[in-house]
Amino acid sequence: MTTVTAPADERVGRLELIWEERPGVLGWLTTVDHKRIGLLYLFATLAFFLAGGVEALLIRTQLAQPDSHVVSPGTFNELFTTHGVTMIFLAVIPMQIGAFGNYLVPLMIGARDMAFPRLNALSFWLFLASGCFIYAGVFMGLAPNAGWFDYVPLALREYSPGLNVDFYALGLIFNGVSSIAAAINLVVTIFKNRAPGMSLNRMPLFCFAILATSFSLLFALPPLTIDLVFLELQRLAGFHFFDVAHGGDPLLWQHLFWLFGHPEVYIIILPAFGIATSIIPTFARRKMIAFPLVALAELLVAFIGFGVWAHHMFAVGLPTIAVVFFAAASMMVVVPSTIQVFAWTLTVTMGRPQFKAPLLFIGGFIVFFVLGGLSGITFAAIPIDQATTDTYYVVAHFHFIIFGAAVFPLLGGMFYWFPKVTGRLYHEGLAQAGFWLTFVGTAATFFPMHVVGLLGMTRRIYTYSDDDGWSAYNLVETIGGYVLAAGLVLIALNLVWSRLRGAPSGRDPFSGGTLEWVTPSPPPHYNFAVIPRVSSPYPNWDAEDRAQDVRNLDRGARVFDDGHEAVASTVKDGYLDDVLEMPSESPWPIVVAACVTVLFVLVLTSHFLAATAFAGLAALALAAWHWQEPE
Amino acid sequence: MTRLTLRAFPLAALTLALAGCGGNQNTLAPKGKPEHAISHLWWWTMTGAWIGFAVVCGLLFLGWLRRNRTELPFGGDDKVGTVLVIGLGVAVPLVVLSLLFIWSDIVVLRSTAAPAHGSTRLTVRVIGHQWWWEVRYDGSKAVTANEIHIPTGVPVQVIGTTNDVIHSFWIPQLNRKIDLIPGRSNRLLLEADSDGTYEGHCSEFCGLQHAHMTATVIAEPPAAFRAWLENMAKPARTPAGADDKRGREVFLAQPCAACHRLRGSAANGDVGPDLTHLGTRRTLAAGTIPNDTEHLAGWIADPQHAKPGNKMPAVQLTGAEFSDLLAYLESLK
Repeated sequence: MTTVTAPADERVGRLELIWEERPGVLGWLTTVDHKRIGLLYLFATLAFFLAGGVEALLIRTQLAQPDSHVVSPGTFNELFTTHGVTMIFLAVIPMQIGAFGNYLVPLMIGARDMAFPRLNALSFWLFLASGCFIYAGVFMGLAPNAGWFDYVPLALREYSPGLNVDFYALGLIFNGVSSIAAAINLVVTIFKNRAPGMSLNRMPLFCFAILATSFSLLFALPPLTIDLVFLELQRLAGFHFFDVAHGGDPLLWQHLFWLFGHPEVYIIILPAFGIATSIIPTFARRKMIAFPLVALAELLVAFIGFGVWAHHMFAVGLPTIAVVFFAAASMMVVVPSTIQVFAWTLTVTMGRPQFKAPLLFIGGFIVFFVLGGLSGITFAAIPIDQATTDTYYVVAHFHFIIFGAAVFPLLGGMFYWFPKVTGRLYHEGLAQAGFWLTFVGTAATFFPMHVVGLLGMTRRIYTYSDDDGWSAYNLVETIGGYVLAAGLVLIALNLVWSRLRGAPSGRDPFSGGTLEWVTPSPPPHYNFAVIPRVSSPYPNWDAEDRAQDVRNLDRGARVFDDGHEAVASTVKDGYLDDVLEMPSESPWPIVVAACVTVLFVLVLTSHFLAATAFAGLAALALAAWHWQEPE
Repeated sequence: MTRLTLRAFPLAALTLALAGCGGNQNTLAPKGKPEHAISHLWWWTMTGAWIGFAVVCGLLFLGWLRRNRTELPFGGDDKVGTVLVIGLGVAVPLVVLSLLFIWSDIVVLRSTAAPAHGSTRLTVRVIGHQWWWEVRYDGSKAVTANEIHIPTGVPVQVIGTTNDVIHSFWIPQLNRKIDLIPGRSNRLLLEADSDGTYEGHCSEFCGLQHAHMTATVIAEPPAAFRAWLENMAKPARTPAGADDKRGREVFLAQPCAACHRLRGSAANGDVGPDLTHLGTRRTLAAGTIPNDTEHLAGWIADPQHAKPGNKMPAVQLTGAEFSDLLAYLESLK
């Protein structure tokens, strides 16, 4: 795009006009642009991340010293439950799928938007509403308080009479609708909207990771939703799913929950793998080693991840044959991860690495993922699991994974794609300082938890006695927590400052390999003036193809400026399949989301008849939405 | 270099912390046969884990040392890399994981398994309550709470059940944990190598006072254990003096009797712990406070202070009633 001639200019101008959205707040409320929706997701999930972080600091403050009374026992139980629910369902996963996935997938595959732009908008508004729904409970003093895995019978009316658990259960059913919609959208987008020429073997590893995550969500969420529906039927309508006296079984809850809950872990970690495989080749300045193996490993992790759930239940007294089976599967799931760890690491070792902030965060990610993965292997050794489960050893393990390994790539990714999204450069020195603070903070917060866990400290206790011998470790953890928070604040300040004052970055400041670096920063509404030519997994490194794009724009080939048009291609080989007329911005997604929100509030307050009326209204809004579909 | 020191540090810290650490809840200071097997397995696994970690960090460090290269080694060809990925990422893990699987999930699993039926002569029933442990001995009338006496060197079967929500019974120095789940009974072997007091906290979140639910296992010589059990099986001591008698009358006349049992008296409540031999216990409220005059008095006067949310209400007593009751409870040896 170095020499733009007059006909090319004219085509770009026409695209601008066709893809333009309403200005102002109204534009954001009715937008179907995946980039705007991605940013909406980002801001919403950052707000929830902040809330979850404050909860974490309150927990650590309470536990800093033995016998302390910073918060009451009831508040403490609400804090750790809400912290877990927030970080998993409202911060990390939606940030990965909704913000990073939404913003980047269409750009990386050379598409103009997601496959279903309005469904995409609906996903976001439902997500935001479900988060607000849960937090409405928090602010009314009815925060979830039975732990994020909410075991029955503790979560039944008899032992948890308040609405706390109903906010949790209905909020997560609500949230699940949004995630399912997002997952379907991503699967179809990745399969059908790739730029012609991008056969599956040329698709970026980030998209493989998002594809694996989306499939996992599709299969993992139904068991959770069913479980939550059973719970609400028992709580609101007196059913007996989990009631031993009437032939129910509390283990039903656990099986269904973990049938969701373990794939969930891979849902959290896979997009992080994807971000790592985006950042590493750029800063190691070479292609990923063992590309097909890594792609396969990403898919395998998601698949085997469905066969390991009972390792969360090794202490409940399952038959030996069952625990051994699940232990074997849990050992097996390690192998796709070791493949990836060595592929990332060797790409760095055998490349020409530049340790800039994004790669530093990926270095931190590898360190924490390996530490958390190695302690994870000890849960596949049944006797060690049976000793350490439900202690701080587990808390240490999964925070190395969910914070160290899942959030570090998100932080690295925020720096890496910051120039793409804003058109400005971040401050490198401050970014590296931010990395070291968060790295040291994370290690200091979570590493000592292994030790206190082995010293007998169990999870979810609001206080302990000095005689237990855990005080020093807990104090270090709390100090680490504050260092970590300081690092995150520094990162946030850097990004805000750079957004306002950063130097212009240009299209491609890091010489990235994937298609998002082909288009200007920030990308136009239509993403690509000309649908890029693709002949390898690193198209931005193929100078010949990029020169061809410029010629194509001149000639008007692959521009599709006759209307609001996007391209569909064949699933496997990525041949041009069809030219699609895409739906335009619409007020209906937010209207449907509003109706569904009222519906959930009415169910919560047991106004079932009125709830049915709002279900009808939501259906009418859906009809109106489709009335306006293009022909 | 800072990166290297940072990484070496946790290894040193962990080894120091775990090797010498005292306390009576240290998983890696085993005092029972199954726990010896678990901690042995853990130390070997951890050693292997640190080696794996060192390899990955070493590779990253090598990349950092060579960060100023201008050319790709091997001309960017990734065949060598792929071979290394398959070797380090597939072959080595398959071997190591298979060995670990056989050792832990087939061999060690046997030593932590529930005791074979009929292999133990003593069975203790541990019943979880929000938030305390009821303890019963098969073949004996003994009922107590939160403190489990066992004879040292004798295999004892524990059968764990629950009265309400899910709890988890775990004595870190003796064995794995078992969840106490409605409708199920899980079994566990306890066998202490040496006399001693071994503690453990409830390991499954069970509500407001999950933090204050400690079980203590007291291993003592078999003779001492037999004497203890014999005493436990007896009904509550008959009051001797006048104060004692009045204390017992207060207990029976006030709501105490509705929730607690004093075997041999009209008090037969089953909401709170059996108090027949309260005076022999070391702690109150499942390890929350020591069982001495001062704490017992404080507990009766305001049970919601030390363990807010527990089911015991404060009972209005006159000064005389209070001291008589206190004296009587303390005398229940």
